[in-house]
Amino acid sequence: MKITRRTALQGTAGALALGLGGFNFDFTRAAAQAPAVKRGGNLNFAISAEAPHYDPHASDTYATLHFAAPFYSTLLRFNLSKFPALEGDLAQSWTVAPDLMSYTFKLHPNVKFADGSTLTSADVKATYDRLGNPPQGVVSTRKATFADIGSIETPDPLTVVFKMKAVNAAMLEHFASPWNVIYTAKDLAENPALPRTKINGTGPFVFVEHVKGSHVAGKKNDNYFKKGFPYLDGFKGIFTLQAAAMLNAVQGGQVLGEFRGVSPAERDRLVQTMGDKIRIEESSWTLNLLVCFNVDKKPFDDVRVRKALLMAIDRWGGSQGLAKISTLRSVGGVVRPGSPYATPEAELVKLPGFSKDIKKSREEARKLLKEAGQENLSFVLWNRNLAMPYTPAGIFLVDQWRQIGVTVEHKQSDTGPYLATMNAGNHDVAIDFSNLFMDDTSLGLAKYLSVTRSPENRSRSKDEALDKLYDDHMRERDPEKRKAIIRTFEKRLFEQAYQQPLLWWHRIVPTHKTLMGWKMSPSHNLGQQLEDVWINA
Amino acid sequence: MLRYTVNRVLLMIPTLLGVAVLVFFLLRVVPGDIVEIKLRGDGGSVTQETIDMERKRLGLDRPLLTQFGGWMVGMATLDFGNSMWTERPVVTEIAGRLELSLQVAIMATVVAVLLAIPMGTMAALFRDSWIDYTVRILTIGGLSIPSFWFGMLIMLTLLALFNWLPPITFTPIYVDPIANLTQLIWPALAVGYRYCAVVARMIRSSLLEVMNEDYIRTARAKGVYERLVIARHALRNALLPAITVIGLEFTFLIGGLVVTEQVFNLNGIGQLFVQSVSRNDFTLIQGMVMLIAAFYVFVNLAIDLLYAVFDPRIRYNA
Repeated sequence: MKITRRTALQGTAGALALGLGGFNFDFTRAAAQAPAVKRGGNLNFAISAEAPHYDPHASDTYATLHFAAPFYSTLLRFNLSKFPALEGDLAQSWTVAPDLMSYTFKLHPNVKFADGSTLTSADVKATYDRLGNPPQGVVSTRKATFADIGSIETPDPLTVVFKMKAVNAAMLEHFASPWNVIYTAKDLAENPALPRTKINGTGPFVFVEHVKGSHVAGKKNDNYFKKGFPYLDGFKGIFTLQAAAMLNAVQGGQVLGEFRGVSPAERDRLVQTMGDKIRIEESSWTLNLLVCFNVDKKPFDDVRVRKALLMAIDRWGGSQGLAKISTLRSVGGVVRPGSPYATPEAELVKLPGFSKDIKKSREEARKLLKEAGQENLSFVLWNRNLAMPYTPAGIFLVDQWRQIGVTVEHKQSDTGPYLATMNAGNHDVAIDFSNLFMDDTSLGLAKYLSVTRSPENRSRSKDEALDKLYDDHMRERDPEKRKAIIRTFEKRLFEQAYQQPLLWWHRIVPTHKTLMGWKMSPSHNLGQQLEDVWINA
Repeated sequence: MLRYTVNRVLLMIPTLLGVAVLVFFLLRVVPGDIVEIKLRGDGGSVTQETIDMERKRLGLDRPLLTQFGGWMVGMATLDFGNSMWTERPVVTEIAGRLELSLQVAIMATVVAVLLAIPMGTMAALFRDSWIDYTVRILTIGGLSIPSFWFGMLIMLTLLALFNWLPPITFTPIYVDPIANLTQLIWPALAVGYRYCAVVARMIRSSLLEVMNEDYIRTARAKGVYERLVIARHALRNALLPAITVIGLEFTFLIGGLVVTEQVFNLNGIGQLFVQSVSRNDFTLIQGMVMLIAAFYVFVNLAIDLLYAVFDPRIRYNA
């Protein structure tokens, strides 16, 4: 018997569907009130950062996705009306072997790339080969995600089969990752780095222009394989690097929305000035900020120092204040609070760094620093120079550590140098981030694996016990047993204090009420193809 | 005059050469590496081998003097190289933004000069009257309010009063003059206000000084009409220091409006400067610094030549 998408997801996505903590969009209301679709028109929307290049495979910033997603397709994708359920994108249908050791996808026929060539299984294979084994000079940011794929076969032009080396309970979700857009085999053979500078996809829109520093524009793809889509004639993603400029543009109607998220104060300003013309949707966010210690640097190679610094942070008190001024809100462990695998508060408060008795916790922290001979500790906190929410988070941490006698110099930098410094291991302590597109822990926990396995682990820790727990949880299909392994993983991680979530974000998206069809989700990486978006004007 | 002009043009060469040496070597001293930022700055992890290969491809592994020599040869043939980040020609990268920055600078200069000359003149002629006080208050306001903040006020006022904002993407003036002017008049006003304040105060103080000169007294004693005394003798001389200020301010506006550009969401040279510095895009920074330096040098020459036009005593015959 073949396992269908529905049964395969019983242990993972199905379980996730039980609890979308804090995801506040009312789909029933939306469906009941939905007016008839109007075709045509051009959508202007704001992107608060400019894509550094065009290649989502090599990127970890939403700026690349909001720029490029409308031009591309993926094998599967998340159905945002029933999140986290999946649906086909390029895949017309798919089957999963009962032992989860192979995945077979049937592709839609007559799918055309923007250059006129026809999509075949060879394009999918070339894309996933590039993702799993990037050639010299090519970056694949989520390379570790594909480690369980053994081989990719293409028995005919419309069939592609992924043979696994090991069971990966969340593999289907990875096939739906918005980052894994499909390129042409021809382009990749010609130059594997070509997608960095050239856009050639099968998405609902065709690339028109990228005016550096200004905007990206796309027009309707008349050959789009989903007949009747997209509704819009075109779009323009306008780079608004300053929050005030973005808010003015939303208020003035030059853009109909900003799809990443705004702060509570920015939301309040829009509501106050625009009244019922603005729609505000809110959700918890699959994003957190992390306190990250570089264990290769002294004295952060000493677990007592790391633990002391985490224990000095009053997350519960801090979340109250930070939630009013920033996009930070929920206290949580390694899994998004409110989602099925999240650690309940009663258990969380027993873990280092999460105590509600902050006075006692700080006393313990001082003792640990004294034992480690670091009573007069001082260091540089490396941070990103994005006002929201990195700056308030940095200021908060400096103040928290000051209260146990630690002196901290807060250094902020542009995104490029910020990430480059951390990836090269040149930081002492940093505010890192975990940017996820789903709640499944195969993605979220990967950041904490040994740096030899997970380059995005910027604490540079190597911990075989954590690696083994991760692998065990990946192979475990029983949700309860899986949950238990995740708890053990989390306890070990926080006891070793390599890195720890500071707070989880809260997503607030403002859109004009004339903008229809765009769907809110807990991830700003999802739903940016814009194929079913339309303007009710 | 011709000889003087030729001499001055020839003197530009060592000046620009000095700028080139400074910018090239100072950039290499500043910490940071474009290859690290390019390959590791987007969340990706790459091997040292890949980093080295990219460095070699960009020519960053060559000795500094060889790199400098290559750049100088390129400049001599008007080839400024490619941006190390986007790989597009530096000239293309700059040209896309220069049009906007140049237009804002010109419009702001026009606004400033048209307002500053009558304001400064009236303030000087009616010294210590309500006119003078009004001009002084307005100019002190212009000097003390940052342009970007004034720009924000303009935007918020437009929103509050008309629920309207100018376009936020640039349309060249030859494509749609109305859309172009609708967008750029506001930043020109925001910047022009400060610019006007500087020039008006300069004209006022300069005119007050000139009005006490012997030749003004002589002209009056000869019975020349007061209006002619002011226009032909006083203002003409009083404008000399103002011309210098106007020239320098104009050049500053080409690349110095970083925050104002952000407020109005303008895609100008200032933003490109910040972006390329944060990425350590050496070739692009070098190209822009040379452009601004060339602007300064040419504007200075133009100012000196204008001096001769305004002041008959200066004809550069020596």
